[in-house]
Amino acid sequence: MNMTPTKITDPLQLRKTAAEIRKSVVRSLAEARSGHLGGSLGLADIFTALYFSVIDHDPANPSMPGRDRVVLSIGHVAPALYATLAHAGYFPVSELLTLRKLGSRLQGHPGRDHGLPGLELSAGSLGQGLSVSVGMALAAKIDGKRHRVFCILGDGELQEGSVWEAAMAAAHHRLDHITVIVDRNGLQIDGSNEDVMKLEPLDEKWKAFGWHVIHCDGHDFIDILKAFGEAGSVHGKPTVILARTVMGKGVQSIENDHRWHGKAPTPEQVPGFLEQLSTS
Amino acid sequence: MLEAGFRNPGVVCLGADITASVGCNLFAETFPDRFFSLGIAEQNCIGVAAGLALEGKIPVFSTYGVFAALRTTDQIRVSVCYNNLHVVIGGAHAGISVGPDGATHQALEDIAVMRVLPGMTVLSPCDATQAKLAMLAAVELCTGPVYIRFGREAVPDFTSNDLDFEIGKAQTFNPGNDLTIIATGHMVWEALRAAEILHASGIGARVINMHTIKPIDKEAIILAAKETGAIVTAEEHQVTGGLGSAVAETMVRHCPVPMSFIGMPDCFGESGFPGQLMEKYCLTAAAIAEEALRLIKRKV
Repeated sequence: MNMTPTKITDPLQLRKTAAEIRKSVVRSLAEARSGHLGGSLGLADIFTALYFSVIDHDPANPSMPGRDRVVLSIGHVAPALYATLAHAGYFPVSELLTLRKLGSRLQGHPGRDHGLPGLELSAGSLGQGLSVSVGMALAAKIDGKRHRVFCILGDGELQEGSVWEAAMAAAHHRLDHITVIVDRNGLQIDGSNEDVMKLEPLDEKWKAFGWHVIHCDGHDFIDILKAFGEAGSVHGKPTVILARTVMGKGVQSIENDHRWHGKAPTPEQVPGFLEQLSTS
Repeated sequence: MLEAGFRNPGVVCLGADITASVGCNLFAETFPDRFFSLGIAEQNCIGVAAGLALEGKIPVFSTYGVFAALRTTDQIRVSVCYNNLHVVIGGAHAGISVGPDGATHQALEDIAVMRVLPGMTVLSPCDATQAKLAMLAAVELCTGPVYIRFGREAVPDFTSNDLDFEIGKAQTFNPGNDLTIIATGHMVWEALRAAEILHASGIGARVINMHTIKPIDKEAIILAAKETGAIVTAEEHQVTGGLGSAVAETMVRHCPVPMSFIGMPDCFGESGFPGQLMEKYCLTAAAIAEEALRLIKRKV
């Protein structure tokens, strides 16, 4: 039985939800005193679109067989996933303040062994999530199931060779129920992708591997929903959405600053960050 | 594989280009909907297996041991073991007896690396019949990750289907109370022949087939230490981290006795006929017997 919560399609309402999720991310990271703020803020809109508008799921029944699967390959942006799951109703929002603490269900990188509802995969070592998504999609194919598999990759992560092994396999087996979202913020720990290890022309790379490629503005809900709609109508090949995002999106003072990849706000910075999120 | 496939509709097999070489071609022909060719991309194979297992399938992925266990270690650690998934990984052509291909293709570190991973079961059957029983047990009785190590060079197929294969339960193939030879994989056959050599000198060597490296049969080790007072281990693997280390870890805690190790002495293999290599690296019945004689003098 499909118990998917009512899907939100109003961009304004989605923006409001995303803003609340971003505030929760800031609070939880400040409380944890460590974690990855930049990418978590950058992906908040994509997560909001997925869990509030796109996927079939049931927060009251996280293992519902027909649910769409969301596989987070870049485990370091777990704070964004956790905040989204909490705001979607998988567990209390207050639990977000246990992030990264001893005994918490909210591990620094997702760990299913700690029992947090809504996690599809324990992950954190880069380059593995797409392979797992291919396995999930093959299982659905064997069983004639129709749910979709969404996999979130970072752009820096695309430097891992195993991503391309998986990309080849998904196209070879015509897994059109896989949609990859690349968090294309252009930055990684050492600096810009193009300085660290050139990725462009990225769309040509995916096309050459047999994928349908969609570009979208990762902070424009109309564009995001259009991209997911198009991905769902492609037959015979998997789809990748190259979502242009801004690392640190919403807190203007840290936007596009790669030094915020793996940093948490200090308690003193929190009020200012929350203020910026309220007005952005 | 074929029998496991017939008995368990959830079994899915993944191929990494050497499907026939590792004996999965019959499965692929019999169950084309449950076989997926994934090319020469072992890291991806492990991730795909994890995804299949998350969805309730029982994936079996076999390739040469060097690639199955070592090229893919991080994927096995995170995607399979940390998620505690029932994935069966077959490491074929393990040990030095793969021969002429040389050091790159001789898996001599796979036991060490696989057994250190939390939750992993490590099986190392002694012959073809036991390999089949081990595969069935891995598919039907395990619930978490399993690594099965297979040798290549044909050793006599000396066990029978009637010999119960119980994971974690060692088998005593030869009684004896003067010392114990604990062997795994193909070295079990060499150990039995070593016991014959020792018998001629009036020494009763107990021979234990340690077909499960993890969880290791502690009781069998402790009993052997208590009753025979000396243990020599024999494996086609580095002496560091393999069967010998696993046995020593148990023995020193419960009943320390003189012990020695037959295995690769922290070096790579090389090309040669299997027999020549076994001879050169002292992985023979004669070498085990010789070591046993030295060891027995250390008994108090």
